[in-house]
Amino acid sequence: MSAVLRRIFLASLARRRLATALSLFAIALGVALGLAVQIIHSAALDEFGRGMHLLAGEADLQVIGPREGFDDAEYGRLAIRDEVADASPVLELDVRLPGRDRSLRIFGIDALRVAHVNPALMPLVAEAQRDERDLTVLRPDVLFASPAAQAELGVAPGGRLDVQAGAQVASLRIAGSVPGAGQGRALAVMDIAAAQALFGRLGRITRIDLRLKSGIDIEAARRALAAGLPAGVEVLTPQATEDQSAGLSRAYRVNLTMLAAIALVTGGFLVFSTQFLSVARRRQELAFLRALGLDRRALMRGLLVEGAVVGLAGGLLGIAVGHGVAALAFDVVGGDLGAGYFRGVAPALRFDPQASGAYLLLGVAAGLAGAWLPARDAQRMLPARALKSGDEAHMFRFRARPRIAAGCLGLAFVLCLLPPVGSIPVFGYLAVALILVGAVLVLPMLVRAAAHRWAGSRTVLWQLARARLAAAPGQAVVAGAGVVASVALAVAMAIMVASFRDSVDRWLTAVLPADLYVSAASQGTSGFFAPETLQRIAALPGVSRTMPVRFDTLRLDDRHLPVTLIARPLDGGSRLPLVGATAQVPTDEKPAWVSEAVVDLFAVRPGERLVLPLAGKPVAFRVAGVWRDYARQQGAVAIELDDYRAATGDLVANDVAVFLAEGASFNELAAAVRRLLGESTARIATPGEIRALSLAIFDRTFLVTYVMEAVAVLIGLFGVSTSFAALAIARRKEFGVLRHLGLTRREIGRLITLEGLLTAVAGTALGLVAGTAVALVLIEVVNRQSFHWSMDLHLPGVALLAFALIVIALAAFAARVSGYQAMRDSAVLAVREDW
Amino acid sequence: MALRWAWHALLFGLYVALAVPAATAEVGYPPVLPGKVLHFPDDGGAHPQFRTEWWYVTGWLTDGQGVERGFQVTFFRVRPGIAEDNPSRFAPRQLVLAHAALADPSVGRLRHAERSERALDPLAGASTGRTQVWARDWRLEWSGDHYRSRVEADDFAFDLRFDPAAAPVLNGEGGFSQKAGDPKHASYYYSRPQLAVAGSLRVDGATVPVTGRAWLDHEWSSELMPQGARGWDWIGINLDDGGSLMAFRMRDEQGGAMWAAGTLRTAQGETRALRADQVAFTPLRRWRSPRTGAEYAVEWAIDIDGRRLQLRPLMDDQELDSRRSTGAVYWEGAVRLFEAGREIGRGYLEMTGYAERLRM
Repeated sequence: MSAVLRRIFLASLARRRLATALSLFAIALGVALGLAVQIIHSAALDEFGRGMHLLAGEADLQVIGPREGFDDAEYGRLAIRDEVADASPVLELDVRLPGRDRSLRIFGIDALRVAHVNPALMPLVAEAQRDERDLTVLRPDVLFASPAAQAELGVAPGGRLDVQAGAQVASLRIAGSVPGAGQGRALAVMDIAAAQALFGRLGRITRIDLRLKSGIDIEAARRALAAGLPAGVEVLTPQATEDQSAGLSRAYRVNLTMLAAIALVTGGFLVFSTQFLSVARRRQELAFLRALGLDRRALMRGLLVEGAVVGLAGGLLGIAVGHGVAALAFDVVGGDLGAGYFRGVAPALRFDPQASGAYLLLGVAAGLAGAWLPARDAQRMLPARALKSGDEAHMFRFRARPRIAAGCLGLAFVLCLLPPVGSIPVFGYLAVALILVGAVLVLPMLVRAAAHRWAGSRTVLWQLARARLAAAPGQAVVAGAGVVASVALAVAMAIMVASFRDSVDRWLTAVLPADLYVSAASQGTSGFFAPETLQRIAALPGVSRTMPVRFDTLRLDDRHLPVTLIARPLDGGSRLPLVGATAQVPTDEKPAWVSEAVVDLFAVRPGERLVLPLAGKPVAFRVAGVWRDYARQQGAVAIELDDYRAATGDLVANDVAVFLAEGASFNELAAAVRRLLGESTARIATPGEIRALSLAIFDRTFLVTYVMEAVAVLIGLFGVSTSFAALAIARRKEFGVLRHLGLTRREIGRLITLEGLLTAVAGTALGLVAGTAVALVLIEVVNRQSFHWSMDLHLPGVALLAFALIVIALAAFAARVSGYQAMRDSAVLAVREDW
Repeated sequence: MALRWAWHALLFGLYVALAVPAATAEVGYPPVLPGKVLHFPDDGGAHPQFRTEWWYVTGWLTDGQGVERGFQVTFFRVRPGIAEDNPSRFAPRQLVLAHAALADPSVGRLRHAERSERALDPLAGASTGRTQVWARDWRLEWSGDHYRSRVEADDFAFDLRFDPAAAPVLNGEGGFSQKAGDPKHASYYYSRPQLAVAGSLRVDGATVPVTGRAWLDHEWSSELMPQGARGWDWIGINLDDGGSLMAFRMRDEQGGAMWAAGTLRTAQGETRALRADQVAFTPLRRWRSPRTGAEYAVEWAIDIDGRRLQLRPLMDDQELDSRRSTGAVYWEGAVRLFEAGREIGRGYLEMTGYAERLRM
């Protein structure tokens, strides 16, 4: 492009600085958010994957069972197999540290074996801790802490660390380090036999890492080794284990990426509206250029370049901001953006050229897409006609497309019925997009219809505004579509989050019926209460009933993550937040209640048989009902504690729920429990505390969502103000005529405000409706398919109304302010332009 | 030979110290006392109450092309005195360590491999009642009339059968083998010399049938090492006339002999215990290791009860350097025994404590 043309087209961007800046900023925001989400999650995933790689070491296969482990006799059986070159048994525990508000991952390993399979876990005896026989690694009372664990816990070789073993406290000597654990990984290693004895896991291991002999086909070996294993124990490749874990957070990551994509689309839309209006305003100028010999293609190219330049600048800014946001997020909320998927992972910020390049291209694409329609329109114009004044008016003519609108909405409905693709609700997201497109298409029809209804109003300004909107509904599309889209998205998110929070709140009430909760294994750690302790708690004065809870994880197959097993007294299911149909279970069969995730992932329904691997044996249950579980996305199964104990002979419990007797004092009972168990081993909480903590976690999880939502609304408002600013400039001739006809400047300002108000009312009303529809899709399709939980619709009516009024007021204000600019020119000048 | 156990244990990073005074031991190890009568095959099996025990096979192999190689395979059983009351299957109450090496003159140095396991059925263990000790797929076993040993390593493997020609040779006083001036430093120790070897050897990917002659030592003790010793020299030689010779000396810091003893069995089956004053080791030719800088006497003059014998190695470099894994450096290799310039037997020589003082 020649320098002259560059001046013609690109200088136009400089002339409408505000509009250009806002479009650029919207694209930058979209790129920044998308890129930040991408950077943060890929860094967290990388780090998470590296951690899993490191711990898997050189293992070709891993034998994995429930969290509480499986029979350690399997180790000898598998390690002796012909396919196996080396085997390393592991007992992995998450051990609570009394007096500290954290737990420590401890790996019980065989120091004689571990170096052959996963050298990362090899303990290194500190020189000063070496005993004369150098058997330190086998000693039962020593622990080897990784450099990160030593730093975080403030311990060093020679020092001691208190750990919770069952409901007791044991003191272990730090005898050295785990140098292979790498940076930032807090873990500890001790002898496997010592760990079994100390933590009450005699006869149990949680994992066997296997290295196969060279030349052995891994998949064939996997099948052969899996054949004789106890129920619930699977043989997986480390890659499969990693994929399953990473898959857990995938839906969440896609969700956030979608939110960022919406910001980007909105940015593209802003480019559209400013380009559209700019082209309309420059129609004569462009026609003149054509008349001077500029060919159609060069014109179109020039206009597209305008959009692309905005997209490029926005993209570059977005890349810088995105990295800044990611850096901030690592500091403030951590690598999982507060959602708890990557606990204990501390990723570092790195420049990601691939993602940056991709998002830069997306930014340019958004700019190009926004400029496409106006450019095409300009390309098609007839120079002779466009040179005349008023030709731009035809651009605002808008053909109503009821069929396309209906088609979009109908297709959206159909898409909602389709299943997810690879656990991602692809069709749900498509439906959301179609609803938004449909709503935007409906907008001009709605405005026109509404304008006709307002015919009764008598004042001149009303008449003028009505006539304008009825005659040029395209204007409403340009100005109001941004309002529709952003209001719809904000409303949808608000309804979804409100419904979710409300459902979680009620769910917490249902799952926390007792007065006092005593936990030996808070946050899934390995502490437990022995049966005698349970009896002593039950016998305390003031206790009317206790409900011990036993947690474990069960692998129902080798394709999914293990589900959580919850064994506690359930009183025939009445203690669970049941949803949907239930089934009668014959008295000679054992009932199980599955969470909604289990229904989705494992395709079981009430009344069907469900085989649970308990203590290595398959035990048949009958699904009695489905319950709602917001805590375990990978699924949970609840069974009666008595059935669990009968099947496993395991009498310990991780938590106890305590019901107060009539007239008993909560504080006295809490003090009695504390005396019984000791200050530091058990955590005592009221339902209120647990609930507050849970809701705080909930809010933290949605923090990023809230931020994105605010950004969407902000960009929508940008849209309104840029559109009206450009409109006002484009219409300055019209306003000049009106001035000549006797309207005051103030009246014209009111006219613009009124038009803006009407457009905003229509857009907001439509946004509310569309938003509710989108919320329904989010709740019933996207959430259900992503996270496998249902929720009850909860409309935050007052908040939505207030929000709608604010948006309308802001839109009217934006219209008024931007219109003011147009009226600085004298009426005479404005009109003279026509002649 | 009794003294090897300690540096072998060191080799595996587990120096299960004999030097530790009994008073500090957490568990009561039975003492080694003179006068005990050894019974076979029972005493060929493990004695798990004692602190350490090993079965040690060395010998010469000849393949179809007439290539001669030395081999060695050792199984250790160690009772570390840890976790004795832990009922866990993994409790390290007994450890099994194994070590194998192949001396191949065409390679010019040793190929070697090792295994270390806690005793855990069926992966590793040492049975009582008869010789049966294994660490995963490595094993040594007595089956009524012969031993069999299998070893699989990356660059070599063997599966050998050992047929004894005669009853076990009891070292020292009927199997009570004293290691220092104080009789509490002693072991129960018998040897099976003149084992006829037949089996297969894999080396460089080719498996070939081999025959040869080997020597088995079995020794168990609780408190064996005298203090102040820097290392030791030991030989076990199958004599061509059907007899056998075992001799060792323990060296102090200055390289002088602190204690020496031996057993000479004649072709006629007569066994004679050699006292300290009847055994003398004199270095003749030294070789310096390019890897460790340690200097070993690879040729010796050995005086046995007035006879002067000469020892020459299959190859000079039979040093085993495992500093990277466990830190031990020693020389252990196939040797020929000469008398008046004539070869009279073949066996193994072991020299420890030359690279550095053994940490005891």
